[in-house]
Amino acid sequence: MNILYDERVDGALPDVDKHALLQALRMQMPELEILHQQEELKPYECDGLSAYRTTPMLVVLPREIAQVQGVLRLCHEHRVAVVARGAGTGLSGGALPLEKGVLLVMARFNQILHIDPAARTARVQPGVRNLAISQAAAPFGLYYAPDPSSQIACSIGGNVAENAGGVHCLKYGLTVHNLLKVDILTVEGEHLTLGSDALDSPGLDLLALFTGSEGMLGVIIEVTVKLLPKPQSAKVLLAAFDSVEKAGRAVGDIIAAGIIPGGLEMMDNLAIRAAEDFIHAGYPVEAEAILLCELDGVEADVHDDCDRVRQVLEQAGATEVRLAKDEAERVRFWAGRKNAFPAVGRLSADYYCMDGTIPRRELPGVLKAIADLSAEYGLRVANVFHAGDGNMHPLILFDANQPGELDRAEALGGKILELCVKVGGSITGEHGVGREKINQMCAQFNSDELTLFHAIKAAFDPSGLLNPGKNIPTLHRCAEFGAMHVHAGQLPFPDLERF
Amino acid sequence: MHGSAEMDDSTSLLEQVNQALESATPLRIQGANSKAFLGRVTAGEILDTRSHRGIVTYDPTELVITVRCGTPLAELKQVLDAAQQMLPCEPPAFADDATVGGMIACGLSGPRRPWSGSVRDFVLGTRVITGLGKHLRFGGEVMKNVAGYDLSRLMAGSYGTLGLITEVSLKVLPKPRQALSISLEMNAERALLRLAEWGQQPLPISAACHDGLHLHLRLEGGEGSVAAAHDRLGGERLDAAYWADLNEQRLSFFDEDQPLWRLSLPGNTPRLSLPGRQLIDWAGAQRWLKSDAEASFIRQVVEEVGGHVTCYSHGLSDSPFQPLPEALMRYHRNLKQQLDPQGIFNPGRLYAEL
Repeated sequence: MNILYDERVDGALPDVDKHALLQALRMQMPELEILHQQEELKPYECDGLSAYRTTPMLVVLPREIAQVQGVLRLCHEHRVAVVARGAGTGLSGGALPLEKGVLLVMARFNQILHIDPAARTARVQPGVRNLAISQAAAPFGLYYAPDPSSQIACSIGGNVAENAGGVHCLKYGLTVHNLLKVDILTVEGEHLTLGSDALDSPGLDLLALFTGSEGMLGVIIEVTVKLLPKPQSAKVLLAAFDSVEKAGRAVGDIIAAGIIPGGLEMMDNLAIRAAEDFIHAGYPVEAEAILLCELDGVEADVHDDCDRVRQVLEQAGATEVRLAKDEAERVRFWAGRKNAFPAVGRLSADYYCMDGTIPRRELPGVLKAIADLSAEYGLRVANVFHAGDGNMHPLILFDANQPGELDRAEALGGKILELCVKVGGSITGEHGVGREKINQMCAQFNSDELTLFHAIKAAFDPSGLLNPGKNIPTLHRCAEFGAMHVHAGQLPFPDLERF
Repeated sequence: MHGSAEMDDSTSLLEQVNQALESATPLRIQGANSKAFLGRVTAGEILDTRSHRGIVTYDPTELVITVRCGTPLAELKQVLDAAQQMLPCEPPAFADDATVGGMIACGLSGPRRPWSGSVRDFVLGTRVITGLGKHLRFGGEVMKNVAGYDLSRLMAGSYGTLGLITEVSLKVLPKPRQALSISLEMNAERALLRLAEWGQQPLPISAACHDGLHLHLRLEGGEGSVAAAHDRLGGERLDAAYWADLNEQRLSFFDEDQPLWRLSLPGNTPRLSLPGRQLIDWAGAQRWLKSDAEASFIRQVVEEVGGHVTCYSHGLSDSPFQPLPEALMRYHRNLKQQLDPQGIFNPGRLYAEL
């Protein structure tokens, strides 16, 4: 089933007179930059999920918050759908435009407004890049902890909208754990402050609700994040294993020893070879799996923990354990991991990155099942895994120019996600549902749960004009998706009409 | 008394909710009633959660525990203790039989909160009986999960106004290898300055409270970092039981007759001049005030510095939680209307209009 917006199953969108809307926007906000010609709109037709493209009706590039407010009010009045976009690095198509919608680009709000070292906070505009916050905080010995792999390009507004993760989540948390306050505009352009400069705020925790809501409930216009003191010391151990199972068990053993590493990553042989070819990180290319274990904190503790982890790894059957001998080698070890996606990209014309999570104990079984699916679909799969927190990134290799390969890659990806749900996990750990996993939402949630999600949407955006079609599927979509995926002879949503 | 036997009583809880929905009877969700003094006084038929109890799953190496709402908090702590793990946010119990459901619904955290995160930060998933009479599951037992809206974390601190939490999955962590508590003699102004300075350094502080005369600190981490920090900071050794007494409000500070107010403040807020006595916790981000001053006056002073105030003395204020700005309240009402259209769950507990 095509994942581009389909009014038949995703709901009718109001028809818009493009010319009239353009006129109205120009009249009300003569300073607002608007793109409306085909060749100008083209660069905005996709986000980081480039396999899916839709040309937006209009693109607006505001520079003032008042303009964002003006756009939202006018679009609300004219009943026009609005899709907000940050840096456009999202991997689930959360910022995929609509033909009948306005794309609201927030990238120009790129100012760091205030860094308060004594309170350890940074107040920034939504278009500020993730890494830029840590760079601005560095002179004070502070940093912003969540570090998605795209951190040099992705913006904080998008991080909040997606509840972005990274390689240090187990110890330092997700975006939601590192926020104090988010200012938003509602679909009607009304300003709300969620959270506060204190550690909590009165009322319901709308800050938690909005984090990861994928632009469905409001548009983020300002973010206040928590900063942490930079760890005094960080060391990385690299362990090689002759089987993925052994590496998986070693992860549990480290946790059982009472150690929470700053980062704990696993790569399988295909990913190791690809990364080594690309980055020359010094990875053992014969290994079936490697673990990268970063220990950070106060010097003395890091030293002790390194000894403990080394022992655990050796007992778990590691064929080799290496401690990065200096900072340069530590950075190289990480560079291999952080560039695993583009590295795999060099092996294949295209790749499709999945983002399922599983309870860690299920890893051996899930990897075996992925290998079987890979053989069944005739597509190679490289596995990169945030092992500490159970977030898998299987990379499906395919060639979009070969007829049918994209469809096969999609189908294989869908199977992997359903497998994650089956073992008690989730279809998305950090990339979001967006448009990409809209069908798999039907596997993770039943119709009553989806109905409640729609109720939440209705509390903030009753007319459904903010980012329609993303994050939560309609029951009709699930009914149709279910009709194609009959599980154990039972249709999901048996109570719904079929179309 | 309830036995320690595990029991899945969700069918009966769902039935009770459905009956209440049919007869439009407001419910007062109640575990051990240990936090009844918080929030507004509400009427309603009591829905006792304590029959639905027990640990559903716990695998220490996954760092996740799933518990039914009626399980005593003490039982949860005991199970974690046995595996050398903990709930880092240190939720206060306020009674021996306090339940896990109440802990989530009130969302209160203890002394480690500024460093570890709050109750909501450790919530990974919930099962909830909704105002549409359904028993639903949100989130899960994995650390990272961004599928759908984050209903689970929204439930933390919602005081039962959005639905009945029947089960919760929580992230847990290994206990620190070493812990040491110390007291340093200094006044409040100096303590706040020092805390702001230390906060920018990688020191293993995990609790910081100033009682008017002394700054009490807890150091937690590996043997090396705790010893090094102790060498550097000096001070007298303090009995670790102090932190539990602070958390459970058993210190003599809390004994006095005057009303108790909780002040939640931005980091690095200087000492506030208010009538009455103050106890500084959370390195300055949470302050307890014993004062006869008018609520409106306390609120005004605290609001000016970007904080908010909760009244901890039952029945003293008709609005124990800080009133919300009009626009924000409107969206609270919308959300309540959507999730609990008949308004049967703890109506008025948080705010009169919810």
